[in-house]
Amino acid sequence: MSLSLADLTIRQLQSELKAGNISPVDIVNDVIKSIEDKDSEVGAYLSINSEDAITRAKEADISKPLGGIPVSIKDLINVKGQPCSCGSRILKDSYTSTFDATVIKKLKEAGAIPLGRVNMDEFAMGSSTENSGIQITKNPWDFDSIPGGSSGGSAASVSNGTAIASLGSDTGGSIRQPASFCGTVGLKPSYGRVSRYGLVAFASSLDQIGPITKTSEDAAIILNTIAGKDQHDSTSLDSEVPDYLQSLNGEIKGLRIGMPKEYFTEGIDSGVLSSVQQGIQTLNDLGAEIVDISLPHTEYAVSTYYIIATAEASANLARFDAVRYGNRVSDPTNIIEHYRKSRAQGFGEEVKRRIILGTYVLSSGYSDAYYVKAQKVRTLIRNDFTEAFTKVDAIVSPTAPTPAFKIGEMSNDPLQMYLADIFTIAANLAGICGISTPCGFTTSDNGKKLPVGLQLLGPALQEATVLKISDAFEKSTDWHKQRPKQI
Amino acid sequence: MQDNNIDVNYVADLARLELTEDQCERFSGQLNKVIDFIKQLEELDTDSIDPMAHASPIYDVMRNDVSRPGLGSEIALLNSPMTSNNQFKVTRVVES
Repeated sequence: MSLSLADLTIRQLQSELKAGNISPVDIVNDVIKSIEDKDSEVGAYLSINSEDAITRAKEADISKPLGGIPVSIKDLINVKGQPCSCGSRILKDSYTSTFDATVIKKLKEAGAIPLGRVNMDEFAMGSSTENSGIQITKNPWDFDSIPGGSSGGSAASVSNGTAIASLGSDTGGSIRQPASFCGTVGLKPSYGRVSRYGLVAFASSLDQIGPITKTSEDAAIILNTIAGKDQHDSTSLDSEVPDYLQSLNGEIKGLRIGMPKEYFTEGIDSGVLSSVQQGIQTLNDLGAEIVDISLPHTEYAVSTYYIIATAEASANLARFDAVRYGNRVSDPTNIIEHYRKSRAQGFGEEVKRRIILGTYVLSSGYSDAYYVKAQKVRTLIRNDFTEAFTKVDAIVSPTAPTPAFKIGEMSNDPLQMYLADIFTIAANLAGICGISTPCGFTTSDNGKKLPVGLQLLGPALQEATVLKISDAFEKSTDWHKQRPKQI
Repeated sequence: MQDNNIDVNYVADLARLELTEDQCERFSGQLNKVIDFIKQLEELDTDSIDPMAHASPIYDVMRNDVSRPGLGSEIALLNSPMTSNNQFKVTRVVES
């Protein structure tokens, strides 16, 4: 199968554009054609703004940092004039964004072209994209498996060669885990590095927007554009944005990388473990020093997360009252029935479950025992990382304990699904940055090759460090270059 | 199943969410399992630990009190399921 432009990286397309071999319209047309040819089987896209994208491509200025580069957008980031359903029936076919999220404004100013809305777990709640209220998305490597979540459409579109790059969001691993499951790169920036304005909120103290790309170099290019202080998001950090590309010099000699003993215990799939161990050996061969460390409160991270995230979600989702937006039931007899029935009709099971849990942990008589307690344990978890980063520059682990699981395999056991987030959620609680890059393959029960991700975590605002390491890793391996074969 | 953990019906009422009987029963089972699990936090002594509401060390972000352009009523009403006289139309709130 020949490569199309949609299979290329941002960096490769930029060379072709500058050499005059292709035009932005060629790229956009090729991505649209790839979607038409290949997405019906995978189901990553919810909608495509073809005409608008072609118009933008005609006007694109390729001298800009992302001039003429189309990017698929997770369906909870507002793009003016486009739908923003958050994968939910409550907004499906009834909501059109009236403004651009800050990340979209910045992408457009840098010349990028938002192209297509990609699927996700409803309101980003899930690890498999099965909780989408709109459609199922399949893993391009194995159509019987899930693509991961909640940014499953983002990862599947990049992996499948139907997007050059994508923007996702990560509240507990929702960029890194699907990137790992689909064999792509996924970067979760530090909390506050990227503005959340225009991102529909799930858990406001944990959410962060980031890129899903084919290489760490592409992730650095996008982060260069979207990072920075924003007057519309008071939690965005007023800290200088370095040129992340400059840190990608392949030099990781002497860097100290920690292996937390709590992340290398039983329960990790053997294929995942051997790929990750081989990846760590590669980092060692490149001159990094591998150091044993401990993050003693790791076992409490899942509990802490599912208290804080659901508490914040229950408050954030109160805005869906079917008054200002959202589908309303017909002829409710009073306002309470209006709320109860509209929300019952619009939200899916997992969203309801999390609203219930979040309301419970915040309710009178329970909030100290659960919510305040979890906030305190969150401090302990952050302190673990602060302590670890006095000894090491970054931390390495598997991104997830298993490869992509089968569609339907975990959908009846929420606790089991929550436990699958074990390696990613602590980074959100601590507010630090993390990246997942492909480090090998394992074999599924039905004999299909499934990608494995290596996770690198860095201190807050040290994206340059994790990007440098993952880029050096990619320069000496070719796992990230492998693409699923279309059946 | 420990049914002393969560009264799903009551909590759903607080959350303005109508659940079917079937959902109530299923959520009770599933959420009691989750709550039993998260009770592990009780093992930790956190008496001297400050709660952390937020990941970044920034507080009280201020800006100058100057007006900025807003959406305007036409655009603000664009996504509403029901409007009337250039306003959101809400289901009856007072008893008739």
